[in-house]
Order: sequence, then structure tokens, then C-alpha cells
Amino acid sequence: MTQHFPALLVTAPLLCALLVSIAGWLRPRLCLPIALVGLGVATLAATGMLAQVLTSGPIGYRLGGWDPPWGIYYFLDQLNAVVAAVVAWVALVNLAASHRAVQADYEDKQGPFYTLYVLAVTGLLGMVATGDAFNLYVLLEISSLTGYALIGLGPNRAPLSSLNYLFLGTIGASFYLLGVGYLYIVTGSLNMADLAELLKPLYGSLAVTTAFSLIVVGLWMKMAFFPLHAWLPNAYSQAPGPAASLLAPLMTKVMVYVMIRMMLSVFTVDFVGTQAVLQQAVGWLAVAAIVAGALFALAQRDLKRMLAYIVVGEVGYMVGGAWLGNRIGMTGAVLHLINDAVMTFCVFLAAGCIFQKIRGTAFEDLQGLFKKMPWTMAALAVGALAIIGVPPTCGFFSKWYLIRGGLEAGHWGFVCALLFSSLVNVVLFFRLFEIAFFEPMAEGNGHGDHHGHAPAVAIAEAPLSMLLPLMAAALGLVALGLATGPLVKYVITPVMPTGLW
Amino acid sequence: MDMAQYIPVLLTKYNYWVYITLMMIGLWAMIAKNNLVKKIIGMSIFQTAIILFYVSIGAKYGATIPILRHGHNGAHEAIRTVDYINPLPHVLMLTAIVVSVATLGVALALSIRIHRRHRTLEEDDILTQLREP
Repeated sequence: MTQHFPALLVTAPLLCALLVSIAGWLRPRLCLPIALVGLGVATLAATGMLAQVLTSGPIGYRLGGWDPPWGIYYFLDQLNAVVAAVVAWVALVNLAASHRAVQADYEDKQGPFYTLYVLAVTGLLGMVATGDAFNLYVLLEISSLTGYALIGLGPNRAPLSSLNYLFLGTIGASFYLLGVGYLYIVTGSLNMADLAELLKPLYGSLAVTTAFSLIVVGLWMKMAFFPLHAWLPNAYSQAPGPAASLLAPLMTKVMVYVMIRMMLSVFTVDFVGTQAVLQQAVGWLAVAAIVAGALFALAQRDLKRMLAYIVVGEVGYMVGGAWLGNRIGMTGAVLHLINDAVMTFCVFLAAGCIFQKIRGTAFEDLQGLFKKMPWTMAALAVGALAIIGVPPTCGFFSKWYLIRGGLEAGHWGFVCALLFSSLVNVVLFFRLFEIAFFEPMAEGNGHGDHHGHAPAVAIAEAPLSMLLPLMAAALGLVALGLATGPLVKYVITPVMPTGLW
Repeated sequence: MDMAQYIPVLLTKYNYWVYITLMMIGLWAMIAKNNLVKKIIGMSIFQTAIILFYVSIGAKYGATIPILRHGHNGAHEAIRTVDYINPLPHVLMLTAIVVSVATLGVALALSIRIHRRHRTLEEDDILTQLREP
């Protein structure tokens, strides 16, 4: 059983997606339990593999019994085992929280929603586990296509935003596919480990540089790296709550993981180190992403839109850290990838809880919310502290690594951008908390104040099925922060290549 | 560097020029067209260009389809790889075609949803409608 964990990681949710879609026709009430079972098995497999990798080293799995490099090979080392575990857990916890929000936002489309949800997670987990460059493309498109549909089922502008996301996402995936094509022309292989060996004597080749550029630019489009970010804010802020809190934390993070995997395991740091011009350019693009994300976020008057622009900035953190060209920066990027998945999840789920009660996330709707929804707002505050980077939440530690990496690389622009973004995040969230804490309820929203004393606002919290997962996410932020030491020592350091200092 | 040396490149690598031209036509439609269905057509052209690129890299002059012939009594004839086209890129494209069909389906479904709401598929008109609720 345990040796088949890599296959279970993908097949369990895939088969459950089929069952969920059948249940959607016959017994809609069974959709959620079946989906939970599917993702539960995947989460179990992911957690089990993480334990296995930590105790006895990387796991390889031959799908269908075909030997690599001919067959599709799943390969899990510390890096993707931990990413897979985070993805599986976030998806599972979010699914557990989704029940009431799906009833409200998707009404008669619950069957399709859960089917798409489970399929999207299948794609994400597969992308993390696979060791085959073409298989990755297929899984990328599985998670993207389901993502477009999940967003497109939303109200008002959502279908148009989703269609724009689809156009840009398809261009991104096509660039990736084209890059893989060039790699196939020069090496005749698609297996990542095999590619890494075959590419070594070819580093001077223009075709390899072209392939690398195409792949990286394609992935940037998918992860919404700054100049290519145009699809993200609309898509994630108009997606219904449960879809937004699945896609916003996981999709961009998995794409960052794929970029790091390409940089470390396929092209290796020796190759990336030779692309000095590109490295410089990406460093400054990351600075632009961080600054632009912060400024755009500052201009928003809606919680979800603000969070979406924060995601744009966070992508800049990770891409910048990964391209600093030193070990500390790369460690920071990987650590931030893990942390950011959980903190983005926490804040988007909190926004979902608020939307569930108030049916709006515009700033003027949030007045007096600390009194009305104390637990939700407390969790949002923890998420905000993590995004700002206050110890002991996890955001502090990864930002610390990123800043140290920037200092060591002598990239002052990156360091300044990180500090600037942290300061802007302070402004963003404290402005929000000021509205939610000090401003009274809007007219007609709370009780009249005729007697000269403060109105008694009844606590009207989000349902417990949403609140408990949210609390788990908030606690997870602190737990991840406290676990930074072992995480870096046992998970991230072993995967850092020897060529990276 | 004189131009003459580029001419063989242009002539012998014409498959790459064809795919790049098609790709740019598709990209142009996606960026410049105002009608959503035209954009979707552009996207399909863009994806097809990449499929053609993959198919062309598997092809060889004077080669045939990769079905091996067995000799009498189950003996294998010697296989000369030059005689066969490379089937792998073609097989990969079967998957890519499925992906592009699925993308097309999702895109058309979304545009139906947009049309139901706005009664138009011109992006400008939709944006005007969205600006004045």
C-alpha cells in the first residue's frame, strides 16, 4: 500500500471526481462526502509520502511499470513532497469549509462544483508529483481548465474575467508546451532527470536558451508574474468564495514550484547561472511586481480585490527570491511558497466567511465587523500579521530569508521592495481593521442608536463548518512559523543543489 | 554576414516559419479582435500552430509510418530508424489536441454564459454595460 502512495495521490481524487459527477445527477447530497473521501485519501498519501521521504529519501514511481525515461515517472524528493502535502491539506480543509458557501453561491450546480474542485486538485497534485515534462503540461491544463470553469460559474462579471484568464492561461500553457518541444528536439527525452543529464553538454546552445525562456515565460503567465498578471485580480476577486480560496493559494504557488523545479532539476543552477542578463532582468521585474502589487492593492476599496493584488506582490517575492542566485534566496523562495499557500488560504477563507454573512466584501460593508464576527476577524488578523511578516507567524521567517538572500546577492532594489511592500501591507490591513473595529455599523445594517449609548451588536458569526477550518488555517500559520527551523533543516536544505551558494 | 547564407535556412526550415506565422496570426486575433468568438478562433489557431510544430519535428524525408514488419517465423528484420518517422511527437499531440478541444469547449461555454447575460459578444459593448449598471 505505502509504495503506491504516488499513484494514489492522483488516482484517488480522479476516480472520486467521476463518482462525484455521477452523484451530482442521482444524489446531490453525496457529492461532498465522496469528494472528502477522495481528497482525504490523497492527503493521507501526501502526508505519508512526506514522512517516507524525510525518513528514507526520495521516492520514485513508475506508472504502468514502464521504466524511465520511456514511461511516465513520478518522483518525490523533499521539495515536492512538502509542496504536495501543503496542497493536499489546504484543498481538503477548504473543501471541508465549502459546504454552506457552495449551497449559497452555486445553488443547483453543486455536483459540477465538487467534480471540478476535485479534478482541479488532481491536476495540482499531479503537477507537483510528476517527473515528466509533458505529463506536467497535461496536468497543468487539467487544473487550469477546471479553474476557468470554477471561476466562470460565478456571478456578474465572473464569466468574462474567466474567459480573459482562459486566453492568457492558454497562451502561457502553449509557451510551456513549445519550450518542451524545443527540449525534445535537442535531447529526444521528456523525463526531467534524463533531460537534466542530456542537457549538460548543451548549455551553450541557443535552442536550450530558447526552450528555457519559453518555459519560464509560459509559467510566469500562469502564475501572474507582474507584467503578465492582468488576468489575476478580476478572476480571483470575482470567483465565488470556495473557488477563490482554492485557486488563489494553490494555483500560483504550484506554478512557482514548477518554475523552481525547472530551475533546479531540469536546467540546473549551472545553466541558470550562465543567463546573467536574464537573471538581472528577472530580479528587477520581481521588484516591479512587488512594488506594483503593493500600490495596486492600496488603490482598492474591496477586501477580495485587495487580497488579489497582494497575491500579485507575493508572486514577485517568490520569483525574485528564486532568481537571486544564492542559497539563502532560494531557501526563502521555497519557504515562502509553503507559507504563502497557507496565509493566502487563511485570508481568502476569512473573506469567504465574511461574504457568507454580509454578502459583500467592499470596505464600507465591513464596518463594525469585529463586534459582529469576532472569530473570523481574529483569523483574518492572524493572516494579515503573517502577510505583513510579524513573528511568530510564518510570514516573518520566509521574508527574513528573502531579505538576507537579497543582501547577500547585493540586490538592494529587491531588499527595498520587500521592506516597502511590508510597510504597505501594514497600511493596507490596519486601514481595514480601523474600518472594522472603530467605525460603527452602517445605517440599516445595525441597530438604531436613539438612547445615546453604543448599539449592542449581536454576534452573527459564519457557520461553524466554515469557522473551524478557518481557525485551523490561522493556527497553521503560527505552527508553520514555529516549525521554520526543522522545515529549513530537514526539508529545504537537502534539496538545495551543491552548485548554489 | 551576408544574406545569402540565410536563404537555405529559410527554405529548409520552412516548417518553423509556417508555425511561427500561424502562431502570430492567432496571437494577433486574440489581442486585436473585439469579438469574443473571433478571439476564441485566434486561440485555436495559436494552439494548432504548436500542434503543427510538433508534428513537423517528427517527420523525415523518405521515411514511412512506424509499423515494424516481422519476418517469417517471427524473426525480426533489422530496423533502420532512418526509415521511420518519429511517432512520439505525434502521440503527444493526440493529448494536446484533446486539451485544445477541451479549452475550446470551456471557452465557448463561457461565451454562451456571457451572451446570455449581455446579449452581445462584442467586448467593448460588454465593458460599457458593466460600467453603467
